[in-house]
Amino acid sequence: MDPIYGRIAANKRRTFFLFFLYAVLFGGIGYFAGIYLGEPIVGLILAGLVFGALFLISFFSGQSVVTSMAGAREVSKQQEPFLYNTVEALSIAAGKPMPKVYIIETEVPNAFAAGRNPQNAIIAVTRGLMNRLNRQELEGVIAHEMAHINNYDVLLATVAIVLAGTIVFVSVIARNMVFFGGMGRGGRKSGQGQLIAIAALIILAILAPIFAQLLKFAISRQREYLADATAADFTGYPEGLASALEKITEQQVKKSPIDNSALNGLYIVNPALGARSGNRASVLFSTHPPAEERIKRLRAM
Amino acid sequence: MDITYIFPAILILIAAFTVYTYNRLVGLRNMADTAYSNIDTLLQKRFDLVPNLVETVKGYMQHEQQVLEAITKARTDWLKASTIQENAGADETAARALKTLFAVSENYPDLKANQNFLMLQEELAGIENKIAYARQRYNRTVMVLNMVIQRFPSNYIARLFNFKTREFFAVESEQARSVPNVDMQGGDN
Repeated sequence: MDPIYGRIAANKRRTFFLFFLYAVLFGGIGYFAGIYLGEPIVGLILAGLVFGALFLISFFSGQSVVTSMAGAREVSKQQEPFLYNTVEALSIAAGKPMPKVYIIETEVPNAFAAGRNPQNAIIAVTRGLMNRLNRQELEGVIAHEMAHINNYDVLLATVAIVLAGTIVFVSVIARNMVFFGGMGRGGRKSGQGQLIAIAALIILAILAPIFAQLLKFAISRQREYLADATAADFTGYPEGLASALEKITEQQVKKSPIDNSALNGLYIVNPALGARSGNRASVLFSTHPPAEERIKRLRAM
Repeated sequence: MDITYIFPAILILIAAFTVYTYNRLVGLRNMADTAYSNIDTLLQKRFDLVPNLVETVKGYMQHEQQVLEAITKARTDWLKASTIQENAGADETAARALKTLFAVSENYPDLKANQNFLMLQEELAGIENKIAYARQRYNRTVMVLNMVIQRFPSNYIARLFNFKTREFFAVESEQARSVPNVDMQGGDN
């Protein structure tokens, strides 16, 4: 059987494993915060409730959150026949239902996909993308987004945006609690268990956000390569996507209207690229592999 | 190990493999059916536009009767088609004739200015593209299905439950392959 299908199954498993890790992170923070406050179970339950609520919100309405954050609006077949036809063709190639089509009115070329499963997915492209790419290149980009939908990356990306953001938020609260609360109470009771809990909480509060971000990035980098490969498989023409990536990469500008640190990981090419180009240190925290490497791999297919 | 355990263990393995392969074959067969009905829907859409297209073009292209006839003939062939090969043949003829028509239309500025024609052209180009992808989807599914049906040991299970290999959506007969005789010079204009 085609090896790509095995990789997609593995990808799907990793998505659910990642959700599990996020849940453990939440639980850990809640548990240690609970020990600190004297009721570990309450902390754990609270963390569980918060995680559950956030997960459900991002699961069921993540795509509308994402599209409104990106300033995208839905378009019909009559409004954009060419784009609509291209998306429909690639949904046929992927054997998946037709996603909803969105447009972002900006001249900077880029595109992303969102949604919880192939039945509830959207593809958004910017006006600049349509103006600058020819048919083969546009097909390559849409195929890449279709591949993300096909590989269940969109679920992860949409939910991860909400979860990672919240972990950072919770950690900041926990840190403040320890620093300010800890000073006031330090004299009264400082059992050994309490001290360990404080230490653990501090470490977790510092490490969790970094860990959450790194996890998101590490996994999304692999997924970009897989989506590129799947896209080439759908169109049978890797050069279309390769040349589209070239064009898109060189068109990203500093502080463009679509540059939004919460959403940058979603786009086919990171919109913050223009702002950070040349900065080697950002490679570790980059959501995407370098475009040159992706293009090289596509051309080697 | 006790010999009495080996026999039931083998039986369980065979049963598990049978269930797995049977389900896989059913899944693949359904995928192939869906992919084929996709092609069919798209062909239907394309040939539904043909009379409209011929009507629009006729007034402008007096000298390109052969192109129009080729397209109309492909539609008739498709209406009569019953096998996958006949369908694929009609698809191929129509695709080639439409390509020729749109190439020839470049010589008719009046036609290129006709809104109805431009709309039909965009619509047909879109459908053409979708047919290509639907064909690819179908052929790939059939390839996997045929592989499972023919390979050892799943071939025994396929035979047991009477799964049949499918034909690819491709032209094989000599007649369908032959290029339709379209005069690109457009007679005496």
